[in-house]
Amino acid sequence: MSAASLDMLKLLLGVGGILVLASSIGYVLKQKLSPDGSNGAIENLNARIRAWWAMVVLIAIAFVAGRVGVLLLFAFCSFAALREFITLINTRRGDHWAIAAAFFVVLPINYFLLWAEQYGIYSIFVPVYAFLLMPIIAVLHGDTRDFLLRISEVQWALMICVFCASHVPALLTLQIPGYEGRNVLLIAFLVIVVQSSDVLQYVWGKLFGRTKIAPTLSPSKTVEGFVGGVASATLIGASLWWITPFTPAQAALMSFIITLMGFFGGLVMSAIKRDRGVKDWGHLIEGHGGLIDRLDSVVFSAPIFFHLTRYWWSLT
Amino acid sequence: MIRDLMAKLASIAIMMFARALTAARAIWHETGLPPKQSIYFANHSSHGDFVLVWAVLPPWLRERARPVAGAEYWLKSKLSAFIGRDVFDAVLIERDAAARTQDPVEQMTAVLNDGSSLILFPEGTRNQTEARLLPFKSGLYHLACKRPDVALVPVWINNLNRVMPKGEFVPIPLICTVSFGEPMRLKAQETKDEFIARAEAALLSLAPSSTEDNA
Repeated sequence: MSAASLDMLKLLLGVGGILVLASSIGYVLKQKLSPDGSNGAIENLNARIRAWWAMVVLIAIAFVAGRVGVLLLFAFCSFAALREFITLINTRRGDHWAIAAAFFVVLPINYFLLWAEQYGIYSIFVPVYAFLLMPIIAVLHGDTRDFLLRISEVQWALMICVFCASHVPALLTLQIPGYEGRNVLLIAFLVIVVQSSDVLQYVWGKLFGRTKIAPTLSPSKTVEGFVGGVASATLIGASLWWITPFTPAQAALMSFIITLMGFFGGLVMSAIKRDRGVKDWGHLIEGHGGLIDRLDSVVFSAPIFFHLTRYWWSLT
Repeated sequence: MIRDLMAKLASIAIMMFARALTAARAIWHETGLPPKQSIYFANHSSHGDFVLVWAVLPPWLRERARPVAGAEYWLKSKLSAFIGRDVFDAVLIERDAAARTQDPVEQMTAVLNDGSSLILFPEGTRNQTEARLLPFKSGLYHLACKRPDVALVPVWINNLNRVMPKGEFVPIPLICTVSFGEPMRLKAQETKDEFIARAEAALLSLAPSSTEDNA
């Protein structure tokens, strides 16, 4: 077994252990506080834990399947996220072809370019080509009402759900000396740090939360949850330095940046939900809401993490 | 035999396609699932409407649900006739009152007498206006008179008109929901107009409050 797969196995055992622990706690809480399934908070917690099992198993399968597996998984995530996003925005008849192009042309090409490892064109495909082509397709329909608004919404949907989200699998294209064949561990590092930050902010907030941090955006987020979550997720990230090309101090700094971006990403996406008058983006994941509800923090941290790593560590 | 197998495969393929495109989700009424035999009546804005209702029903309700559709549309080509008759087992009615050879209400009553459920669109045609609902045709009332024991279930299909607007042939993926209302029955001494107004109101009450998003 190669060193990379051995590290991956250790990581999976660790995550699996935490989930077993979480499921046991959820089971005990259910027996004690909600034996008839009437306590909403406990039921939601258990639904969330079950969904975590499913997500971890899916990611593990994608990792085992290799590069193509990871690309397909994230292409599917982009598709489902884009579907949730477009559902909530203002579209008119005249946007039909631009939206169809976003789903059936831009999204596949974006992921194809990653598969072909064409970083140069990949990095400008959505921001330049799609950005200019989408309004051209829409304008041919001749409907000018709310034109700027409609075009910016579709463009933003593409940037968030396709371009930014695809920076997670883009980590596979980096060439880091001494780290060959281990890039998939960078994805594991990013996902573990972001998601544990989300979970720990929730836990710290539930235990010690007093002061609301952004009452108009998200009533459940507190200063205590934010500080506790960011600090403990940064520690978790630092302790995972052995799966990364970083030193422990570098891993801590990276984790700190990742968690900050994730936090603000969550705020931005919840501002959009508030504006649209919905609580969740969808119903894809039981207990969590839509896919974007789970992906919002990853989407904001992935491009920054990618570019920091690329600038300082990668040859490409 | 081979035709049956192909119909089965086609129905699975159409359902998977509809789900991939719309992530369709049923919202049941608080009284629970509709009765085993029901007349589902829904708003009609797209050719995919009955596929979506059909796809979100649990298997034991779905297998007895037969959509009611216009014969002149579904018998136009061999392929659409195969989909209409073999795949969805549609009750094909002739909409042109002057030219028809069979009475649609008789046809639908016969299907109900066999124990099947019906999925029908009382607006009679696809709604392509700005109005949320077109005035109902009277068929629903006549059907309720013939079989007052069968529950009528209002079904609001949301968003499918945005997936494939009229005249487009490429659908776009959007999340759709299918809301089922409280089962209703014809009341004693209720007139045709009263009943139709009540049915329209029951269906409209399931529509989401904001219309701007669907403009």
